[in-house]
Amino acid sequence: MSAILPLRLEEVSYAVDGRRIIERVSLVLEAGPSTIILGANGAGKSVLMRLMHGLLAPSAGRITWSSQGARRRQAMVFQRPVMLRRSALDNVVYALKVAGVPAAQRERLAQEALDEVGLRPVARRPARVLSGGEQQRLALARAWALHPEVLFLDEPTANLDPGATREIETIIKAFDAAGTKVVMSTHSLGQARRLGDEVIFLHQGRVAERSPMDQFFPLPASPEAAAFVKRELPWD
Amino acid sequence: MLEALGSGLRLVATLDLRLWEIVGLSLGVSLSAVAFATLLGLPLGAVLAVGRFPGRQAAIVVLNALMGLPPVVVGLFIYLLLSRAGPLGEFGLLFTPQAMVIAQTVLVLPIIAALARQAVEDAWRDYEEQLRSFGVEGWRGALTVLWDIRFSLLTAVMAGLGRASAEVGAVMIVGGNIDGVTRVMTTAIALETSKGDLPLALGLGMVLIAIVLALNAAAQVIKEAALRRYG
Ligand SMILES: Nc1ncnc2c1ncn2[C@@H]1O[C@H](COP(=O)(O)OP(=O)(O)OP(=O)(O)O)[C@@H](O)[C@H]1O
Ligand SMILES: [Mg+2]
Repeated sequence: MSAILPLRLEEVSYAVDGRRIIERVSLVLEAGPSTIILGANGAGKSVLMRLMHGLLAPSAGRITWSSQGARRRQAMVFQRPVMLRRSALDNVVYALKVAGVPAAQRERLAQEALDEVGLRPVARRPARVLSGGEQQRLALARAWALHPEVLFLDEPTANLDPGATREIETIIKAFDAAGTKVVMSTHSLGQARRLGDEVIFLHQGRVAERSPMDQFFPLPASPEAAAFVKRELPWD
Repeated sequence: MLEALGSGLRLVATLDLRLWEIVGLSLGVSLSAVAFATLLGLPLGAVLAVGRFPGRQAAIVVLNALMGLPPVVVGLFIYLLLSRAGPLGEFGLLFTPQAMVIAQTVLVLPIIAALARQAVEDAWRDYEEQLRSFGVEGWRGALTVLWDIRFSLLTAVMAGLGRASAEVGAVMIVGGNIDGVTRVMTTAIALETSKGDLPLALGLGMVLIAIVLALNAAAQVIKEAALRRYG
């Protein structure tokens, strides 16, 4: 099984009703470093991740994975994950089922994934009654069970308190340690620094800058990113 | 009037056999029709909700319009199909309970399918991205959503049952209101009223209302329990 990475974006644009939301983005995402997508509200972070994950089709340009079968070897965790009306365990089992995992293995793999995110005690509880933080961890468990080569995370800790945020960050680090390529958007500069190896800074649908984390902080090269960092830091 | 009401209650209370045969047949016909219409209507509604194919919009408009089909028109249509000279005449179904089930299924199917289509479409907006991320699309996504909102779909099924148990026109035409064979509550009420036997008509009317109430109460209890259980 050859790797689906690197992921190539060539001159990718995305427009709705003639309004350009993503504008001629060219990028190569390699296996390895965790990539943080930073940018102000409305910069196009969510749209860019949906394009990469294949949920949106570009209006122009090309997005290509390096081998076949990329769909099944990537996962995405949304800001507000959708839970099926069944138990936490069965939510993970469902993800395994639709990924083609044989029935005999599903329950064991699902339990392991719940263990990984610390949700074993609530495995039988209906997913929809779990707290926001627990639901987000369950979304991560669904991804974990699939052992994706790439994991997209769209502001996975927005709306969570610091405790829940830390738990989520620990799990994201575990993905990285297990060899999954992490691509995550966030508002939090602190989180970017804690989890990322490199930054892609989006400004009005364009890539304003791409730098290794230790160069981006404390001094971004692009004026847009510098202004953003200056604005955000005092509250971080 | 009060006297008639009293006699009607007495008929119900004394478990008049004639009355309960009619009630039994009514329930049998309407519940069978709703069962068939549910089996066909839910998947049909889900496919219309989730599918993307040419003619989908037109199909939805037609389906919604069919919700308002007059029962007598459905009855007439099924009558023509089942009558001896009709395309399905050889089966000899006209004026049998089976014919009534067929007519009510046709009558109720659009209601269940149209309401299911709306419910699934609303839910699909929430589920679509997540399911597509899992690689689930098309009929498989439709079935997942259908199953996930199955308790809300009870409302659609109950609407269908209400329509089936309340209608007279279709069962009258294809069943013929034959005493002991195809006489159901609504046709009996119509007949007894025209004959002036108000006690029986009223008794049947009360039973009809009680049954519809009880079934809806049961559906409500199930929905509430499911909501508590699954969130
Ligand atoms: N389906 C759509 N139709 C029209 N406009 C859209 C659509 N999706 C996104 N947009 C617009 O595209 C721009 C970028 O949206 P996007 O959600 O990617 O921003 P973001 O960087 O993720 O912002 P945030 O930090 O608030 O999540 C916004 O101006 C948004 O209104
Ligand atoms: Mg966003």
